[in-house]
Amino acid sequence: MIKYILKRLSLLVPTLFGVITLVFFMIALAPGDPARVMLGERANAQAVEKLRHELGLDKPLLTQYGLYLKRVVKLDLGKSIKTGQKVSEEIRDHFPATIELAIWAMIFSTIVGIFIGVLSAIKKNSWIDFGSMATALVGVSMPVFWLALVFIMIFSVKLDLFPTGGRMNIRFYFTPITGLYVLDGLIILFKSGDSSIILSALHHMVLPAIALGTIPLAIIARITRSSMLEVLNQDYIKTARSAGIKERRVIYRYALKNALLPIITVIGLQFGLLLSGAILTETVFAWPGLGKWLYHAIESRDYPAVQGGIIVISTTFVLINLVVDILYSVVNPKIRLS
Amino acid sequence: MDTKNKLEKNSLMKEALFQLKGNKPAIVGFVIIVSFIIMAFFSPFLTPFEPETQDISIRKMAPFISSHILGTDDLGRDLLTRIIYGSRISLTIGTISVGISLTFGLLIGLISGYFGGWVDRIIMRFIDIMLAFPYILLTIVIVALLGPSLINAMIAIGISQIPSYARVVRASVLAEKENDYVMAERSLGASDKELMFKSILPNCIAPIFVQATLGVGNAILSSAALSFLGLGAQPPTPEWGLMIASSREFVTSAWWIVTFPGIAVLLTVLGFNLLADGLRDVLDPRMKS
Repeated sequence: MIKYILKRLSLLVPTLFGVITLVFFMIALAPGDPARVMLGERANAQAVEKLRHELGLDKPLLTQYGLYLKRVVKLDLGKSIKTGQKVSEEIRDHFPATIELAIWAMIFSTIVGIFIGVLSAIKKNSWIDFGSMATALVGVSMPVFWLALVFIMIFSVKLDLFPTGGRMNIRFYFTPITGLYVLDGLIILFKSGDSSIILSALHHMVLPAIALGTIPLAIIARITRSSMLEVLNQDYIKTARSAGIKERRVIYRYALKNALLPIITVIGLQFGLLLSGAILTETVFAWPGLGKWLYHAIESRDYPAVQGGIIVISTTFVLINLVVDILYSVVNPKIRLS
Repeated sequence: MDTKNKLEKNSLMKEALFQLKGNKPAIVGFVIIVSFIIMAFFSPFLTPFEPETQDISIRKMAPFISSHILGTDDLGRDLLTRIIYGSRISLTIGTISVGISLTFGLLIGLISGYFGGWVDRIIMRFIDIMLAFPYILLTIVIVALLGPSLINAMIAIGISQIPSYARVVRASVLAEKENDYVMAERSLGASDKELMFKSILPNCIAPIFVQATLGVGNAILSSAALSFLGLGAQPPTPEWGLMIASSREFVTSAWWIVTFPGIAVLLTVLGFNLLADGLRDVLDPRMKS
């Protein structure tokens, strides 16, 4: 077991090194001079030259790369050109919002997805099965940002049930503790009995989390169904049934437990994808997370910020996949032995 | 030998087609796709309006009450016309970007799987690194670096899908090259090139075909997303994602401008997903649940 984990961890270093290298060269070799792009077409040559010098762009490419690597290893991602702040600090400020959104989207899609998948598998070929699988297929075929807009149109504008965007009613001012507003709200509720923060945070979370969770929900439902069908066909389930064990117990205690393996993998993979998928949802819901921040960085060609953002998101993605792989090998010994 | 091979292949194709006929979702998907292809080819004959002609006097006209069946947008352009012409753009993006990923993915996967050894290790290492970037992020970054435009969007979508194609191809090449017929042909003096392209590749087509069908749908979704972020098609192009993006300010006043372009994307992608599901059932019996 430990050997397997060590092996996976040792693969992590070259992958991350590769990611950093690829990001650096992609940006360095992109057409156009970053300094010129940042300052605009009409900037004078002197200003461009000065910025090039400040950014170290006048040095040979390999020297730039070496310097960049040295800085990244020390977790120094440089300074944002637009704001002048440290990129790492900006990321730290925006990451919790994205993490929180992704967690809630994942909770929603996992619970509902597994429930629908199990239901479809038990009622195979019934109208419930056809209906939910058809809906799942529609779910994966939909542009997320469009769904988000339709949600706003129906639930915010027409029915006035939820806010159109943001993380919190601006009337409530508070200093974030963890940066995860629902958790912060909970802490405040316990400390001072004030429930306004947590209620407002949850209220703002509903629409973005459901919109972001739709695709994972559909994928989880489909995987759960096929995985459950496979398990339900096996002999030990038939034995359990013929032994007179209650159907509910057979399904949740014996079948689902074994069907969970592929589901776990998909959930992990989807969580990683949510972090980047958030770029669209956050833009629609004016959610002040990393996705929206990165989008603005790309828009204003703030290269240090773009580099830093991509590295952080990809690293998180790689780490989540690693955790999933390890978890998977814990529950399924066949993997680590092969 | 050759004719026998051909006959066998033909009957396999026939059988696959026959099975596909019995697969209702696949047929629905196929019909949807064909309808959009017809829309794309015959756009000018299907609507009396022009996609880019503005007429402020009829702006934001509601749907189903006039000759503008789906209403008009904020500049008085006929929405249905723009959606019809949009099918040209979306199908083109889908086909070209899948063409890019397919060509390179096929070559890379074939080389990696066929030669194995250090070639395979280096290629797979690189593919792993590319897969370490979440797909949509990679697409956004590439297009941002190349500069926002429809063509660059196609290139970006094409490039960022290469790794998944390469992996699919490599996996089936690895399984295929162990077969006796490959050994037999090799011992008869077939060159690497002949073995790769004439013997192994045709037998790996099934999973690649499924992947490509799914890929067209995905590419259409991604291009809509890129245009929505302002990184793809530029106004006044009737691209569906761009139409959704420019409708954002009308969520309170004109629901149809928001709704219909999204339904067009949804239907097209659904068509490809349905067909891909059906193809997978028919072509790859192992995947059947």
